Amino acid sequence: MPERHWRTPLDAEKAVRPKAEIHIIKDQCKGCGFCIQYCPKKVLEESDEINARGVHPPRVVDEKECIICSFCTAVCPDFAIFVKEKQCKDGC
Amino acid sequence: MTETEAFEHPFAKYLRAAMMPHIWCSGCGNGIILNAFVHALDEMQMDLNKLVVVSGIGCIGRAAGYTNVDSFHTTHGRPIAFATGVKLAKPELEVVVISGDGDLFAIGGNHFIHAARRNIGIKVICANNFNYGMTGGQVGPTTPLEALTTTTPYGNIEHPFNLVHLAAASGATYVARWTTLHVRMLAISIKKLLQREGFSFIEVVSPCPEIFGRRNKMRTGLEMMEWFRKASVIENFSDPAKAEITPERIVVGEFVDVEKPTYEKLLHDKMAQILKESED
Ligand code: SF4
Ligand code: SF4
Ligand code: SF4
Repeated sequence: MPERHWRTPLDAEKAVRPKAEIHIIKDQCKGCGFCIQYCPKKVLEESDEINARGVHPPRVVDEKECIICSFCTAVCPDFAIFVKEKQCKDGC
Repeated sequence: MTETEAFEHPFAKYLRAAMMPHIWCSGCGNGIILNAFVHALDEMQMDLNKLVVVSGIGCIGRAAGYTNVDSFHTTHGRPIAFATGVKLAKPELEVVVISGDGDLFAIGGNHFIHAARRNIGIKVICANNFNYGMTGGQVGPTTPLEALTTTTPYGNIEHPFNLVHLAAASGATYVARWTTLHVRMLAISIKKLLQREGFSFIEVVSPCPEIFGRRNKMRTGLEMMEWFRKASVIENFSDPAKAEITPERIVVGEFVDVEKPTYEKLLHDKMAQILKESED
């Protein structure tokens, strides 16, 4: 891989990173693991709990790391996970 | 993390709530294809009263029943025949066929090639899971050479169809192939498909871990997706004849994107011309 030279964006101080709100519809999950495996930020992991379908739904490791790419929403065959931007009207 | 009810999902309005959760196996790609389809509808703000979804027999055939629009689940192999009738009677409707490789290319193969040849303005999305999953995993027209199925326990000796080559050679005006791992490109491609006039086709290479995968050393959906990740290469507008799917290589991308007059337009123009001549 060629070496990459990153510079800090000029508006880095002003820019606010949007905060994610990850929704998991636990009992709809069939435990395929696609969202966990293909999240680019490794935000999700398998939980210990057993849902209505007898599988381990994902749980969030660190919501702050989520970049709201929504890949998990798109790759979930069971419509069991989606991500929204947190509405931070009163700060959060 | 927020615990949530199913109806709050952003795509819930496109799905029939009473039918959810769907019956597809864990790790099956059919749900990803349905997800990408409704994602495309959502992004296009499609008028759902103008949309008809038709499917045939096979696991993915349930997609017609799951989408919350006018839909019809036809007999085996006949979704294109039914869709042709709808499109000719009501050309203003958007008619989408979502079906599997066995339904569309074995028993329904002639409907497919002739609808493509005539350029009937229907849109076909094919889930290619390499076998007849619903009926227990028999060999089908896309099963790769040497693959194990219930009817080829010593390895398949039939050469499979290369669906994108078949579609292109039959005259389809838009031809693309993606895997269920290419969810972004797939949704973009479905949007394109829905915006086109003529016969358009997308093949989606899709995991069937329960029936196909487990006989072929891929027991889980994840293992099948890893195969797609390692083997697929994006080559837009490459020669579809050279895009055979092998264990080592799955060429994905768009293959054909051309325009030509649709059958329903030529039909209605011809009828108008004959009427006019008979009046003169
Ligand atoms: S939105 Fe992207 S970063 Fe956030 S959890 Fe989903 S896949 Fe991971
Ligand atoms: S992709 Fe969906 S079904 Fe699969 S583990 Fe994640 S939430 Fe569950
Ligand atoms: S048998 Fe295969 S294609 Fe059918 S639902 Fe199960 S995994 Fe999907």
